[in-house]
Amino acid sequence: MTDLLEAAMRLMVVFVAFLTLPLLVGQLEHKVMAHMQARVGPMYAGGFHGWAQLIADGVKFSQKEAIVPDAADRIIFGLAPALALLPYFIAMVAIPIGPGLAGQELDAGVFFVLAVMGVGVIGTLMAGWASANKYSVLGAVRQVSQLMAYELPFVLAAVSIVMAAGSLGFTDIVDAWQPWWLIWQLPAGVVFFVAGLAELNRPPFDMPVADAEIIFGPYTEYTGLRFALFLLAEYAGIVLLCLLTSVLFLGGWNGPFGDSWLWTFAKAGVLAFVVIWLRVSYPRLRADQLQKLAWQVLIPVALAQLLLTGVVVLAW
Amino acid sequence: MSERSLLSPTGVDIAFTLLGLVAVAAALMVVTTKQIVHAALWLVVSLGAVAGCYLVLTAEFVAWMQVLIYLGAVVVLLLFGMMLTRAPIGPSEELTGANRVVSLFAALAITAVLGVLIVDAFATTMIDIDGQKSTASVMGASLFRYWVLPFEALSVLLLSALVGAIALSQSDEEA
Repeated sequence: MTDLLEAAMRLMVVFVAFLTLPLLVGQLEHKVMAHMQARVGPMYAGGFHGWAQLIADGVKFSQKEAIVPDAADRIIFGLAPALALLPYFIAMVAIPIGPGLAGQELDAGVFFVLAVMGVGVIGTLMAGWASANKYSVLGAVRQVSQLMAYELPFVLAAVSIVMAAGSLGFTDIVDAWQPWWLIWQLPAGVVFFVAGLAELNRPPFDMPVADAEIIFGPYTEYTGLRFALFLLAEYAGIVLLCLLTSVLFLGGWNGPFGDSWLWTFAKAGVLAFVVIWLRVSYPRLRADQLQKLAWQVLIPVALAQLLLTGVVVLAW
Repeated sequence: MSERSLLSPTGVDIAFTLLGLVAVAAALMVVTTKQIVHAALWLVVSLGAVAGCYLVLTAEFVAWMQVLIYLGAVVVLLLFGMMLTRAPIGPSEELTGANRVVSLFAALAITAVLGVLIVDAFATTMIDIDGQKSTASVMGASLFRYWVLPFEALSVLLLSALVGAIALSQSDEEA
């Protein structure tokens, strides 16, 4: 019984983190973008530094009418936001932020998270198809073609760190991690982060939702809370990617002045800042540039890194 | 391996049976639904339930593999292919082809062969799964020690499929 209670408690904590951390990233994005682009809009609501902007957004979303297009497939249309969001929550359950601090430690944690994250795209596909809108379908097709190109380097980069640590478990990887891995596994880390960004549709990889070309891709027909759920999924994805990168490639809770879960969050926070920074600084990649980057840069780099990792692991 | 009565099912047995029923029911929906995209989405349910079956049998690694390959890649590719070609909303009348009787026969034959094979191999054997987990290392060891020949044969099969796909797309270009 106590086991059950503890499991329920852990799930609750992960659930609360799942709902609050993406909002934190959203708030950070408002402010960082406002500063970098000298915008005044996000700095206005509520007085000091526009602190109430996010709350205002939430109130606005909850007031909007939930519209379903006439020609849409209503059931699939309604299921899609849930299916886009759920995998990120399930994946977050398995990621530890400190020694023993995880929703549920898994023997093959890395593998589990990668597998579950790959399912989220079905939600986007369902949304794009069920909306009965050509822009939505175009966006969904773009999304999948992008995902197919970037899933491979994403997984290959993760395999490199798994080989280096000799384990598929997050805790084992963090325990095996040493500071010089920062250099040794640097290419894999960069590939992982870039490919992850592409999987999340974050700029400069936001071709599937390119607003100047196809309105908002698969999410064009969504309004109100359903649309907010898709946004939440995007920011949950950022949180997940930053936590994953910091745990796998930056040593997680290892750090000077003692190991602590605070280090995990600090590293993930810096990465989240980089994600926003990239959005502000780079223009959107074209379709051919996207495919070139994946197949001609990221995958060869990831394969070379695998070779290097294999050689070092065997020679040590 | 131990003797155990089938008449007193444990929680694991019940969960396994329920997941199996979900898998079979969803598979039936795949072939009977009139909407082609719904068929692909029912396939998600069916394959997911199979992953659940693996999980109940403590084969964690195989279950995640099922999710990664079948849900994350195969179904996504299917949906992608449909959306690139033809994916109308609403029922399509011509989904069931003229070969339905032949395919039914083929499906039944495959089911019979696999069923006989499994019954013949395991029949009344009880495999105790308590305490032993199919971890990644156990999987790796058995795959690369005992089953390395089938594994290699499969990779040759995949390679030939790859070459075939390239050959097909080449001939299209010239035509």
